[in-house]
Amino acid sequence: MKHIVKIMTLLVAISAFWMSLLQTSLIPRSYTWLLPLYFIVSLGCYGLLMVGVGLMQFPTCPQEAVLLQQDIKEAKVFLEQKGIDVSSD
Amino acid sequence: MEEQRKHKDDKNKYSIIVPTYNERLNIALLVYLVFNHLPDVDFEMIIVDDGSPDGTQDVVKKLQEVYGEDRILLRARPKKLGLGTAYVHGLKHCSGNFVVIMDADLSHHPKYLPSFIKKQMETGASIVTGTRYVKGGGVHGWTLMRKLTSRGANVLAQTLLWPGVSDLTGSFRLYKKSVLEDVISSCVSKGYVFQMEMIVRASRKGYHIEEVPITFVDRVYGTSKLGGSEIVEYLKGLVYLLVTT
Repeated sequence: MKHIVKIMTLLVAISAFWMSLLQTSLIPRSYTWLLPLYFIVSLGCYGLLMVGVGLMQFPTCPQEAVLLQQDIKEAKVFLEQKGIDVSSD
Repeated sequence: MEEQRKHKDDKNKYSIIVPTYNERLNIALLVYLVFNHLPDVDFEMIIVDDGSPDGTQDVVKKLQEVYGEDRILLRARPKKLGLGTAYVHGLKHCSGNFVVIMDADLSHHPKYLPSFIKKQMETGASIVTGTRYVKGGGVHGWTLMRKLTSRGANVLAQTLLWPGVSDLTGSFRLYKKSVLEDVISSCVSKGYVFQMEMIVRASRKGYHIEEVPITFVDRVYGTSKLGGSEIVEYLKGLVYLLVTT
């Protein structure tokens, strides 16, 4: 099944649920009308939260830059011996 | 046990495709590091150069003298023709049963190659992809802005696409050759959206995908080829993938 079909099915299911809430008045009508808005806003907030958390926990590796410089030095020595031009522009 | 593993390595051959454009210095460094980190592995490097004006191909020819023309294959093209087609071109010359794709600018460190190979052997996965976003992985040299856009892009892609991998735009990957051939034939995007399309299509097709943490140190020599309107391209790519995969 294509992914978009999955998403559409999910949205249709949620809409059907929301419409049944409107019909049966389990929750007062005035609240039910606002539910989609609450849903979208919550989704947005969740997204922003995930971005924020991810940003704080973003793995960094400053020591790798140092190791890379060492590797480059080692490589240049070897390559120069073999007659390969390793000067930077 | 060591003897067994050596035999296993002998049966598998790994073709490493490296697209290059103006990577005169980086390619030499990369080749040295690859040979350093894969001492007991049967592999070849396929360098697809798009007519670099800086003499990249001359350096590759020198490297062939040092390491052997059977280990380093230069399969050049006349001009810049794009990443996707570079892989397709490289694939035609692969004699291995596994294909690794990686960048030439040393942001992908060859020291992770053994971990890719190990992971694939342990799990029998069809694809092993490097991820920068998990513990054990990471980036260096990224500004806060770049991290923010990366994280935002990732959250958006995860929400919309449910891809099953943590790093969608990464291009340090190991594929079974047959799997790469299958997936690449159905991909049409360009640039890094192409990388996303590859992994999403592979996921949809049900291929077994594993991840290994990698560290990504932003380009040391040369100018990065990232341009301007990335965000627009990215969003267009997401919508395209949402609808067609």
